[in-house]
Amino acid sequence: MNMLELEIVTIACITALACALPGVFLVLRGVSLMSDAISHAILPGIVIMFLLVQSLESPLLIFGAAFSGLLTVVCTELLINSQKLKKDAAIGLVFPLFFSVGVILISQYARNVHLDTDMVLLGELAFASLNRLHIGGVDVGSSALWLMGGILALNALCIRLFMKELQVSSFDPVFATVISVHPVAIYYLLMALTSITAVGAFDVVGAIVVVALMITPPATAYLCTNRLPTLILLSCLFGMGAAVGGYALAASADVSIAGSIASMSGLIFLTALLFAPRKGIIANYMGAKRHANALAPAILCAYLSNKPGNTGWEVDQIANQLGWSIEQINLAIHGAVALEYVVLLMGKVWLTQKGCVFARESTEKFCVFS
Amino acid sequence: MEIALFTNLINDYTLRTVVLGSAVLGITAGALGVFALLRGQSLLGDAISHASLPGIACAFLLTSTKNPAILLCGGAIAGIIGSACILGIIRNTRIKNDAALGIILSVFFGIGLVLLTHIQKNGSSNQSILNKFLFGNASTLMHEDLILMLIVGGVVLGLLTLFWKECSLLAFDPSYLRSLGYPVVLLDALLTLLTVLSIVIGLQTVGVVLMSSLLVAPAAAARQWTKRLSHMVILAACFGACAGVTGSLISSCVTHLPTGPTIVVVVSVIVLISLVFGPRRSFA
Repeated sequence: MNMLELEIVTIACITALACALPGVFLVLRGVSLMSDAISHAILPGIVIMFLLVQSLESPLLIFGAAFSGLLTVVCTELLINSQKLKKDAAIGLVFPLFFSVGVILISQYARNVHLDTDMVLLGELAFASLNRLHIGGVDVGSSALWLMGGILALNALCIRLFMKELQVSSFDPVFATVISVHPVAIYYLLMALTSITAVGAFDVVGAIVVVALMITPPATAYLCTNRLPTLILLSCLFGMGAAVGGYALAASADVSIAGSIASMSGLIFLTALLFAPRKGIIANYMGAKRHANALAPAILCAYLSNKPGNTGWEVDQIANQLGWSIEQINLAIHGAVALEYVVLLMGKVWLTQKGCVFARESTEKFCVFS
Repeated sequence: MEIALFTNLINDYTLRTVVLGSAVLGITAGALGVFALLRGQSLLGDAISHASLPGIACAFLLTSTKNPAILLCGGAIAGIIGSACILGIIRNTRIKNDAALGIILSVFFGIGLVLLTHIQKNGSSNQSILNKFLFGNASTLMHEDLILMLIVGGVVLGLLTLFWKECSLLAFDPSYLRSLGYPVVLLDALLTLLTVLSIVIGLQTVGVVLMSSLLVAPAAAARQWTKRLSHMVILAACFGACAGVTGSLISSCVTHLPTGPTIVVVVSVIVLISLVFGPRRSFA
């Protein structure tokens, strides 16, 4: 791996980290799609600023873009508050308009510059390191590296400073208002961070892969833990994993780096979705099965103990009345016999003394037939 | 100018195709959008349209044809897979609706990018596919495309009319529908399938990125004028057709003006007018 490749991977990792930090809170608050909206809506800001200053290097472009991102948030909130549209419809109306205006402006006034529409959507990480930053004539690294590094530092600082406020307003906005943390102010802080991050990352990975980096790693981490600090840490790890893995994939297959990073984040998500301890699909399935296995003998005993007299019951009669299949009833009887709750005598099922006690206890525990 | 445009409309074959195509698209998307809006699935369209990109790329890789019917069929399959994934994630994990949409949207789009760059690198220069499906270009619509749009649009609207009662109950009171003994899951799948189809026929004209807007915006505008579902569907279809035709005409007249964004601006103006002047003052 040469210096150029190392630099590209570093930029990708830093971008992934910078995106994952605000992403955690977007996912927790259920406003993930604001990242999609903002990453599209910063386009007109960039274009208008570019048309005003006629330079792509000017820092004013970043301010224009961040402003335009925040303006989208404000417009969306205004629409929601007007009570004429639901939240998702309001989001879905505002950002396409902003994005369209940006695309039209590019197509009409900025056709022959570096700012073309493919670039906007797709980004090009391979070119990101070509734009060098010189201080006093010395090459100190690519400007994308410094920009994303700065944004990462800003995100980390803000989240560290407002951790408590972010946490309480994400999980319990009403309580946050009561203890006079301003949820609205915190919401706009989060949106401002998202806008700034989207502006920086937009140039590197494009408007849509930004969404993959902001949402997918935190959602993956959300499958693995219940604790906020672990959630943040895991999101950062998964994001970096996607960045490094994505770059490796792109380099070996010679395809879009941004696309590969998004695909890799999807792959990591899929792995967690299947195998995550306790919340993965497989763990859930096993859990449900274990639970059913534990519950079935309890239901059987409770059912038998509720019947008057202890004269033994036919197996298919019980199955019929409980609405169980023959396999289910056999499994339940097998479990109950192993635990000595029932005995099988003369082809009939009999409840034992132990079974009676268990039935009473489990009726309280599982609340069946109560 | 207007007279010239009007005579062009009658005589110019290409322009006529463009206008008819956009009208069909607007009507279909507008009508289906009403159900998406009422069911709180306005952003599902966004995810589906982005998710169709890898399908288009796969169809091209497998068949190496540029036949839009085959490419769009691939897109529809990917769209269906994407919406099934979203549903699977929401049902089986604690991840919420919005994050599931965001994940599928961005990851599928990323896979699409990987496949498209792979196609580009391996010989045949098909940058044009990418550009065509990202922002759409109404002026490249051919007669065959129009036929395809008419057939798919007709099927979608026909099915919607056929299952009108079920679909309207599904939009307002799915539990009641279930209690009546209807297969709610199947009907839900049907409505999602219709939405996917109406999105897919718009990909050539409006593009992957902005197609969802054509689904949501006419419905949102129509919602401001009426409370009745049937009126809302008809009104949304009219708004959609109006926006589609106006937008594609403007973009055909101005050089380098991409069609998708132009249609979105037109439809947003309609929404803005409806929000300001519509008689409805609160939502239910």
